[in-house]
Amino acid sequence: MDAVFFWMFAAVMVVASLLVVGQRNPMYSVLLLIVSFAALSGLYVLLNAPFMAVVQIIIYAGAIMVLFLFVVMLLNVRTEEDGAETHRPFDIGPGPRRFGAGLAVVLAVQLIWALRRIAEAPFVPAGPDAAAQTSVYAIGLRLFREYAFAFEATSVLILVAMVGAVILARRDPHLPTRKEQ
Amino acid sequence: MLPEPTLNTYLALSAILFSIGTAGVFLRRNLITILLSVEVMLNAVNLTFVAVDRFLGTVDGQIIAFFVMTVAAAEAAVGLAIIIALFRHRESLSPDAFISLKW
Repeated sequence: MDAVFFWMFAAVMVVASLLVVGQRNPMYSVLLLIVSFAALSGLYVLLNAPFMAVVQIIIYAGAIMVLFLFVVMLLNVRTEEDGAETHRPFDIGPGPRRFGAGLAVVLAVQLIWALRRIAEAPFVPAGPDAAAQTSVYAIGLRLFREYAFAFEATSVLILVAMVGAVILARRDPHLPTRKEQ
Repeated sequence: MLPEPTLNTYLALSAILFSIGTAGVFLRRNLITILLSVEVMLNAVNLTFVAVDRFLGTVDGQIIAFFVMTVAAAEAAVGLAIIIALFRHRESLSPDAFISLKW
């Protein structure tokens, strides 16, 4: 039964990610990425990690993707080519871009070739105490003991990112925008 | 019947997703979609962490994946702020419009 769910979630995730990359409209890309994240959350449940599944939905699909949606709607750019015609000192051209995509395919082939060389590693069947081992309680104990410093450092990082985002996106009154020039 | 997923299956799925994200960074000409491709890559890495975690029976991988998520949130906030500031100057989201260091 788990196998059926795994292949279903994996297929949804790969197809949604391919469509994210293939879309020309960033609005659809963001919405498809939310579908991909929902499937990934299902995979986390299958991996006996309910905490990660919930956090994936709340933080990623809930907070980060809403931020992306806000920016896509704020900038109101329908497709890639909108407004790209006017300023182009030189075009990078499709050749190098295709070369880069080819390299990505080579990366996938290499990784899977390397993975096929290692022995098949089946998961140990979850015992009766498996739920207790990966519960939020167990994660919390470990997070606030061994990883307490990293946790506090993360809070400083987020504060810096917040202040930086506000300063970067602020309209500078001394700097003329392109329309005024 | 479908084969039972092993650790190798999860790692292969993660490799495929990471490559899709890499291809997106190369192929797309829209700064927002490039950032979304980076998010796809980060999630592929998270899947690896949690799958190995399940294999070893620990919770450290989940904690690291949690930290990756918070860093991704900070990255998205700063990246989108930079995109807004750039868009204000050039009215464009194409990376080809931002090839000069100073203007």
